[in-house]
Amino acid sequence: MDILLFLLLAPLIAAVLLYVLPNHPVRDWLVRLAAVAIAGASLYLLATAFNKGTQLVVFPTEPAGLVMTGLAVLIALFILAMGVKYRKPVAIALALVQTALLLWFEFVYAPGMHAEHNLFVDEFSIVMALIIGVIGSAICVYAVPYMRTFQAQHAEVPDRRRMFFFVLFVFLSAMFGIVFSNNLSWLFFFWEVTTLCSFVLIGYTKTTEAIDNSFLALQMNLLGGVGFAAALLWLGMTQGTIELDKLVGAGAAVALVPATLISFAGLTKSAQLPFSSWLLGAMVAPTPVSALLHSSTMVKAGVYAIVKFAPVLSGTLPGLFVGLVGGVTFLAASAIAVTQSNAKRVLAYSTVANLGLVVACAGIGTYEAVWAAILLIIFHAVAKSLLFLGVGTVEHQVHSRDIEDMAGLVTRMPRVGVMMLIGMAGMYLAPMGMLISKWATLRAFIHAPGGILFLLLIAFGSAVTVFFWAKWMGLIIARPNRAENIESRVPREELIVLGLLALLVVGVSLLFPWISRLLLEPYVFGLYGKIAELGQDNVIIMLLMMGTILLLPLSLLYFRTGRHKLKPYMGGRPTSSDMHFAGSLGIEREMGLHNYYLEDWFGEKRTFRAGVAVTALLIVLMFAGLVNAGGFA
Amino acid sequence: MNLLYAVAFIILAPLVGGLIAGVDRKLTARMQGRMGPPVLQPFYDVGKLLEKEHVVVALSQNYFVLAYLIFIAFSGALFFSGGDLLLVVFALTLAHVLLVLGAYAATSPYSFIGAERELIQLMAYEPMVILAAAGFYIATGSFYVTDIAAFPRPLIVLLPGIFIGLFYVLTMKLRKSPFDIATSHHAHQEIVKGVTTEFSGSTLGMVEVAHWYETVFLLGLFWLFFAWSPAIALIAVAILYLAEIFIDNATARVKWGFALRSIWAVTLVLSALNLVALQYFGGL
Repeated sequence: MDILLFLLLAPLIAAVLLYVLPNHPVRDWLVRLAAVAIAGASLYLLATAFNKGTQLVVFPTEPAGLVMTGLAVLIALFILAMGVKYRKPVAIALALVQTALLLWFEFVYAPGMHAEHNLFVDEFSIVMALIIGVIGSAICVYAVPYMRTFQAQHAEVPDRRRMFFFVLFVFLSAMFGIVFSNNLSWLFFFWEVTTLCSFVLIGYTKTTEAIDNSFLALQMNLLGGVGFAAALLWLGMTQGTIELDKLVGAGAAVALVPATLISFAGLTKSAQLPFSSWLLGAMVAPTPVSALLHSSTMVKAGVYAIVKFAPVLSGTLPGLFVGLVGGVTFLAASAIAVTQSNAKRVLAYSTVANLGLVVACAGIGTYEAVWAAILLIIFHAVAKSLLFLGVGTVEHQVHSRDIEDMAGLVTRMPRVGVMMLIGMAGMYLAPMGMLISKWATLRAFIHAPGGILFLLLIAFGSAVTVFFWAKWMGLIIARPNRAENIESRVPREELIVLGLLALLVVGVSLLFPWISRLLLEPYVFGLYGKIAELGQDNVIIMLLMMGTILLLPLSLLYFRTGRHKLKPYMGGRPTSSDMHFAGSLGIEREMGLHNYYLEDWFGEKRTFRAGVAVTALLIVLMFAGLVNAGGFA
Repeated sequence: MNLLYAVAFIILAPLVGGLIAGVDRKLTARMQGRMGPPVLQPFYDVGKLLEKEHVVVALSQNYFVLAYLIFIAFSGALFFSGGDLLLVVFALTLAHVLLVLGAYAATSPYSFIGAERELIQLMAYEPMVILAAAGFYIATGSFYVTDIAAFPRPLIVLLPGIFIGLFYVLTMKLRKSPFDIATSHHAHQEIVKGVTTEFSGSTLGMVEVAHWYETVFLLGLFWLFFAWSPAIALIAVAILYLAEIFIDNATARVKWGFALRSIWAVTLVLSALNLVALQYFGGL
């Protein structure tokens, strides 16, 4: 499987070259070239591997394993050095514990554990590779003009773009490593590389806030890493297998302990409550980093690991509690999103919420739930990357990331505005992507043990979701008092990437029956021997709705003519054309429109604290359930 | 799935819905000690609206209202042709979001507030509607309206909690007091008409027709609880609607906070109890 090696190594080579080259159009072109190559290679992987089921790859362990151990020690030393430099004792302690566990495993047990197949590819890894390869690369291309503007607008931030693009591409390589590794110690290595990459990227601006938040992310992910290392150690001590396919195939009796420990690591990485704060802090980084962390990398690695172990978790107590952590996170994060007016924070809470649904599905672990989980991952990646990049573009032109300042975006930046509307519709409205997967999730929940609890969580959570997306959309289509079209200032390249992602949002919603048939159904069938689907007539109806939605804008041609335009009703007060009206006592006021944020209902602090308390308890119960199941007996 | 029923719904529902609205107005008037308009008055009203001058605040608002009408009719047609109940619910949500977007597009302070309150309504009743669909599934083993309607036993016995919860929400869906927080049919409730403030002429006519479609759909939804016997179903649905008219005239509008809180509380308690009992004692 040369293509796997290409996907692992090409981003690495590009990264090194990007680090060497100075700020110059040549480097910009190299980013584009590498992005196209990586996206092309992941499409090639789809074309050649989609119908071949799970393919295990024999790959010599010796040199690669040694290199990885060496690099892991270097990473640990780097983290220790940074911890000492910025006086972060928690990070130092966690890094020491994790490295000790890892070295213990590597020197005592690893030599006795032979992995037959170190790499693999199946339908799920193809899906993940496409998300990383296509969306991740698109974000890298977008980052070129974005970072140019960013550095121009933030003269106080040292220009470290060489390092920035280097880490960006290393990140992609590590993500490919995660989804192609069959050897768990390899998977753990790549896992740690993504932790390191996000640490470096979050701290890009080197302000106090950025450094604090990067350490927050580091500490939480190191905590998860300790869990992962403990899983490896457990496998070593019980002389289990280190191979992912064999471990998942062995079932709950053998694999429940490592599955639970790795799920714990997954919960930290996918920013579930009580660990969500690191992802919110990560927003101090330049927007392409947020887009990358939220859509195609990092958090997706977390849910990937949990979904991978779904067959093991299914029907077990730890599985139930993992699922409940996800369900509670979905409800709490959706409610908090209502109270936020900072666009990036709304997007971040929505990411946390949607990953919660994925985790809930994985914890339930039935065939329908796994199918729904992968659908959620796909649709979320596409829509969320579009939204983050859209907000980034708006922020650079409007100089604010506040939703209230986005009023009238459709007149001020028509194309960007419409693309953001598409992205938001993709997040919650029928017949777009996320709704399809929410529908699948609902059906999966009904059949699950304890399903009614999950049903309640999703019913209330999605109602809240509708509220915060619709009011944001409403502001975007409202007309501001003074509308000036400023779209011509947006770099063309940013518009191209946004357009591509908007097409993808619509495209995957239209093509989902085929995505399901070619990739998801074979994957689920391979694991459970059952096929999950929505029913052909329903699919036809969905496509019919989609067609109607796409055609309806044509009606604007009719509505544009023969209308008498009037000013809105202002309670009879004299109002000027730019919406200044005569207020009381002869004072002239300007009309302003502001959304509801329902602070008294879902106030961030209160809801977050409650969510943390509940999910922390659930995590304790998750480990307790393990003892109960005889795991540690 | 039956295409004929879908077509029949699209043609007949406005007639039935308009008649119901006419009877509603007559009865309401009698309850208030007035004569009331003729039963066919709603049709005259819409007819007159269609002849009015085309006046807009924003050009895009008509587009959203047209889309609203289309998707309301679509979800009703999907329901009456026996389609998937969850898909019906989602199409309905889409329709209402489109109406809200139309109100936002007008960018007027009154319709803006109306839009926010309409969204609060949507947020209030959505959980109950989703859980009702889940309840029908757990009771009958199918999401398809065809199968649910053909279920041999009375669903009202299996789903009493869901039934009461849905009835509690129905007041809001029909825009009746005490939950008519986004806009009301009654002039005495408000001076400016909330979410529909900036819609006029044929656009307002479309909103009215969409409401007729939705009324028929909602009554159909309640029909399912009694579907094992059409005669009883007809009587039950008639009584339900009469009860709504009575509640509408006997109560005053509540604050939106109370509406949201009480609907969520009723939804949570009743549907959780009902669904758990159903799963424990039978059903699936």
